[in-house]
Amino acid sequence: MTFATSVELLKFHWVAYSIYALIIISVVAWFAYNLTRPNKAKSIVRIPFYGYIGFLVAGGVGHHIFTYNSIPWVSEDIMRHELKPDRTFDIEIADHKFKLPGQMKVNVGERVYFNAKSHDLVYGFGLFRQDGSMVSQMQVNPGTRNDLMWTFNECGEFDVMSTEYSGPGGNDMKVKKALVVTGCDDQKKGA
Amino acid sequence: MSFAKHLISGTNFDAGSLTALQKITLRAVVMSFLFYGLASIEGTLMRVALVNPNIPPIEGSASHYFSIMTVHPIVGIFGSTYQLVFAAFMFLIPFLTKKPLYSVGLANFVWINITVGTALAWIAAFIWHYAPLYTLYWPLPADVGQFSTIGGVVFIVGVALIMIGTLAFIYNIYATIFARVGVHANKTTKELLISGFGIDGMLNLINKLRGKPPYTKEPALSLPVVAIFRGTVDTFLDALVILGAGILVLAYLLADLSGATWNVHAIDALLYKNFFWWGLDLVADGLVLIYVAGTWYLLATIITGQKLFMENVARAALLLELVVSWMVWSHHLLGDQGQPEMMKLISGEMVTAFELLTQGLALFITLVTLWKARPLKMTFELKYLLGGLVGFGLAVPAAIIQADMGMNRVLHNTQWIIGAHVHIALLVGLYMTLYSAVYVLWPMLTNETRLYSTKLSNAHFWLHLIGGIGMGAFMGMAGLDGMLRRHFYMNGEYHTFMVFAAICAVMLVTAWLLFLLNIVLSVGIKGLIGIFLPAEDETATFGIDPQPSVVAAARK
Ligand code: HEM
Repeated sequence: MTFATSVELLKFHWVAYSIYALIIISVVAWFAYNLTRPNKAKSIVRIPFYGYIGFLVAGGVGHHIFTYNSIPWVSEDIMRHELKPDRTFDIEIADHKFKLPGQMKVNVGERVYFNAKSHDLVYGFGLFRQDGSMVSQMQVNPGTRNDLMWTFNECGEFDVMSTEYSGPGGNDMKVKKALVVTGCDDQKKGA
Repeated sequence: MSFAKHLISGTNFDAGSLTALQKITLRAVVMSFLFYGLASIEGTLMRVALVNPNIPPIEGSASHYFSIMTVHPIVGIFGSTYQLVFAAFMFLIPFLTKKPLYSVGLANFVWINITVGTALAWIAAFIWHYAPLYTLYWPLPADVGQFSTIGGVVFIVGVALIMIGTLAFIYNIYATIFARVGVHANKTTKELLISGFGIDGMLNLINKLRGKPPYTKEPALSLPVVAIFRGTVDTFLDALVILGAGILVLAYLLADLSGATWNVHAIDALLYKNFFWWGLDLVADGLVLIYVAGTWYLLATIITGQKLFMENVARAALLLELVVSWMVWSHHLLGDQGQPEMMKLISGEMVTAFELLTQGLALFITLVTLWKARPLKMTFELKYLLGGLVGFGLAVPAAIIQADMGMNRVLHNTQWIIGAHVHIALLVGLYMTLYSAVYVLWPMLTNETRLYSTKLSNAHFWLHLIGGIGMGAFMGMAGLDGMLRRHFYMNGEYHTFMVFAAICAVMLVTAWLLFLLNIVLSVGIKGLIGIFLPAEDETATFGIDPQPSVVAAARK
């Protein structure tokens, strides 16, 4: 399984976590009910202690292995200094304002390198679809490197927004349609 | 008895019969619930503003909105949870070790300092709109271009007072645990230390595996005391870090007041974030998880009247959590690209995943202890305990999911983090556990005072549980749709989720009001005032014969 975009990943996550949440609430409710019953209820399943520990370890480690293999931006992020980008955009931030290199134009499938620099406070750099959902983001700290590599597997117009609080003055840090991705055939069209 | 009579005199509460230990505990408990109410009202104001930004008192003002957001966690975490936890532990340690509390005076110093400190931080935000948020990301707290310097000084002095109160609590707890009196008269400090760190549990397990007799059959400290001992190590480190950051900010602010202009970029923002998150994370992943595990164990044994299942494993797990809690802070920095990849992988992902193990273990041990003792009566303490287990059962896996380099890229700083994870952990996990402890301790602290109404208690339970889970869920869903945390949306974005989240917030505030009403009608206004008057009985122990209440009765 591979998630081409964050929409696909977040949909999957929504369903998987909701199912989990319903299960854990139901298990404790079932448990609570049976705790008080005068005739001792039989456990539906006997959970062996070491089996349970094994399950927790497998869950904790397996989750990362699963995401590494199914989310394309994980390995891209780790290897970003070794990979050659198709395009690079330098972004400057100061005084609660983005300074972007004009409207950023990208072809679908291209690997883009965003290089952001803050001149004063801690900000965030986030890309959002027109429906408000998030494509990707990073923190932008003053004084250190803030670089994000991203392959766009969807087309559309994207807003740039600061994803970190930088004082009340930073609440309006949004540039509408700052990035455009083109080149999709109709089936692949995103936002 | 009429409503008015209950309001004045309560049910059968007699503040005059309380010992010094009971009084100092109740004083902090009262302050804690008042601060909880303040935090929940502030939270609801923000929730309502996200539905309609123009409603008073925020009226579309970002600086007002964010000053509320700055003090809300200070009031909630320090004013409320710290006070409640400290109060409970300053009572429980003497009760469990059968030794007197080291100093009643110091205990008074703790609640007064935390109360005044929280009030100062609140005033700084209310009057001067000082709003760097509780994470104090450098150089924002020293940004005198955006914020009033005086406001900043008052805020930092408030936080410093809270931390000084915290250090006083720590001193009181350790001085009590290490006092070689009573049952510990013949113990050495080394024996108490080994037990405190959970090393005896580990050695018992190793000896069992090697077929040898146990290292100790009767550990020097009982398991809940071990948890308090361990969690308090993290409370100490965390207080040092927050104090350190406070001193740094204060130095810059005072320099500004004196007319000097110091270069804020002399401090590396990312390094500072690492330092601060290392400390702050000890509150969440150290203190909360360990204190909570210890409280679950205590509650499970008191509710069932039986020994804890797999006690040695629980002791050893607390030792494991010690190491884990010091090494997980990088999960807050997965979105910071200057953070070394190795730290993200090892500290942020791998070590953090261990928390699933330690917390999962605590959940398992508590559930099995309860299960083995069935049938049990569904008392309030049991109900709230189960609610607390559900809270962490939801919030811990949510945390493990987001502590991942792939997921964090799209979840960081969204409403998912602060809703599905933080508020579920705090409101449902932590507070439900604390309410369970309140119901267990209530008869001991109030000399068997009758609660005014079980109907009100029930209404509180369901409103809090449904409101807490509901608010976390709707915030979480908005987060998955891209809604950021720490952002004042003013154009009706994510409106449906925000309406439902606000309804849940109102349920939470209503729950608190009902709880408060029940307590006031049980204790009475006279009783409430009596709690704050000096105690006639100076006893600083509980549960050692003769009982303090018996002594008080005999005196009369
Ligand atoms: C009825 C109760 C509560 C409601 C309705 C509520 C609501 C909120 C809201 C609306 C936010 C802002 C979220 C955003 O960034 O958009 C928030 C943030 C927060 N709340 Fe609460 N809250 C409640 C109780 C508490 C309590 C009791 C605590 C602590 C013990 C707490 C801790 C926090 C923290 C740590 C933040 C994050 C602040 C930041 O991002 O700087 N909340 N809460």
